[in-house]
Amino acid sequence: MLYLDLTLQGLVQGAIYVLIALGLTLVYGLLRILHIAHAALFTLGGYLGVITFNATGSLLASFAIAMPVVGLAGMGVYELVYKPILSKPPFVALIASIGLFICAEELFRIVFGPYGISYASQPLAGVVPLGNGLTLRTAELAAIAGAVLSIVLLWLLSTRTRLGLAWRATVTDPEMAESFGVSIAQVRHLNFFVGSALAAAGGVMVGLLNNLVEPGMGAVPSYKAMAIIVLGGLGSIPGTLVACFSLGVIESFGSIYLGALLDRDAIAFAFLIVVLMLRPQGLIAVRQ
Amino acid sequence: MAYEITLATNMGIMVIFALSLNIIVGFCGQISLGHAAMFGIGAYTTAMLTKSGVPFAAGLLSASLMAAAVGFIVGLTSLRVRHDFLAITTMGVGFLFIGIVRQQDWLGGELGISSIPSAGLGKLGFMVLVVALAVLAAGLSVYLKRTWMGFVFDAVADDEDTAQLIGLDTARYKLAAFVMGSAIAGLAGALYAHQVRFIDPNSFGFVESVTVLAMVVVGGIGSVLGVAVAAAALAVAPLMFQFIDDYKLLVYGGLLFAMMRFAPDGVAGLVQRATMKRVQS
Repeated sequence: MLYLDLTLQGLVQGAIYVLIALGLTLVYGLLRILHIAHAALFTLGGYLGVITFNATGSLLASFAIAMPVVGLAGMGVYELVYKPILSKPPFVALIASIGLFICAEELFRIVFGPYGISYASQPLAGVVPLGNGLTLRTAELAAIAGAVLSIVLLWLLSTRTRLGLAWRATVTDPEMAESFGVSIAQVRHLNFFVGSALAAAGGVMVGLLNNLVEPGMGAVPSYKAMAIIVLGGLGSIPGTLVACFSLGVIESFGSIYLGALLDRDAIAFAFLIVVLMLRPQGLIAVRQ
Repeated sequence: MAYEITLATNMGIMVIFALSLNIIVGFCGQISLGHAAMFGIGAYTTAMLTKSGVPFAAGLLSASLMAAAVGFIVGLTSLRVRHDFLAITTMGVGFLFIGIVRQQDWLGGELGISSIPSAGLGKLGFMVLVVALAVLAAGLSVYLKRTWMGFVFDAVADDEDTAQLIGLDTARYKLAAFVMGSAIAGLAGALYAHQVRFIDPNSFGFVESVTVLAMVVVGGIGSVLGVAVAAAALAVAPLMFQFIDDYKLLVYGGLLFAMMRFAPDGVAGLVQRATMKRVQS
């Protein structure tokens, strides 16, 4: 019973990780950048979601505003930050990204105040029985549904559309793709738009789950999402999904059985280090 | 006067800390996002030892040795993973360190360790010691750059595969860089513990790792003088200007971002470009 409950909680956490990490792994697959500032977009999504909901009372409006706005912001980050330094060594983009993220966190604190914003009337607050005495909150169920939906849509986008074909071609061989008439700039914009919009959805979800959006909410997910995409093999989408859910479950068991030794966040990184020492290429390696 | 002495002591400690990271990141080209853990290990080691009666000098030495031992282990990971993987692994080491310390009651847990004995040298004496050690660390860095080891570090930083190809034992040199850098960081951490006389896990987190990286990056990765000046300046800036203290992270984050975006080779690079006429190729 406890095991089932822990597994369920782990899967919920894993679903949240999916929404954050998919965008990161898309960026890494295409540009080889560890995009720490992704978590700032996640937080921005959370804020837009809660502000929209409190103004309109519609959760649908929250997603409808947060996702495209944050998607555009993600494209802006690419244009203003990453594009000019793509030719520099990789640590340059990484450090710039960390700087941008710390800066953004502080800006959220200054603009929206340090204590965070709660939903005026919490939507999706009901509890759904799953039989056997197991229950999930509606918001938790929505998080899982959101993650599954994003995975399916992303899969359809990349395998069933011309845009997806162009995207996959660019990941495999940018120069060859360009010589076949693929606009690299367009693919990159799409990549940042989709990834950032997913992060925004994750931000709204986490805001709902905790009924709180606060300036520091991106910090732990951002570093953990880094661990996840590294675990997943950096740039591999299936690997990322495996890493998200396995980390979610390991954390939820670990915080019960290893809690005396490590805190929850350290469990994630202990897992990361152990896996990387055994399999330096990550759980599912990307063919180079 | 007491204020200036404290200021100079803090500057000295940060200069030592930044120079220690510069050996790993600047000289040997191995990224580390968890260097504050080494600083923390030094601080905790000396705090535990001196509180149980061990003399100050022995505390410093053990702090340094302890950090060196952990640095060796972290260095081992650099033999297994590289570049982005290494960046995230070292970040993980940082989180692991505070995650473990937080849960250990005998290390004070979340509350930290208070009333750590002072060095017993008086404020001025301690400052002189710190500044002398900072100068020593700078001297060692400059010397290191000119030795055979410094050349190998250069080669590893530049192109590890080629360095290996011409027969250099890159693994040994990478380990050496991690051990030296960590030992010096441990020393800096020990000095910090005796200076503030109170430590808790939050003083050694990711933000601190990024702060010290900012000092190295702003100074100019690999430049001893640049890093020392940047560390000194960034260490006192929050104390000198109240505005910077209130928005410390905004300023640090912004600096880090702006430096990377517009001048990835740091202040040292800017100065070099301003003073030297480069041949345009």
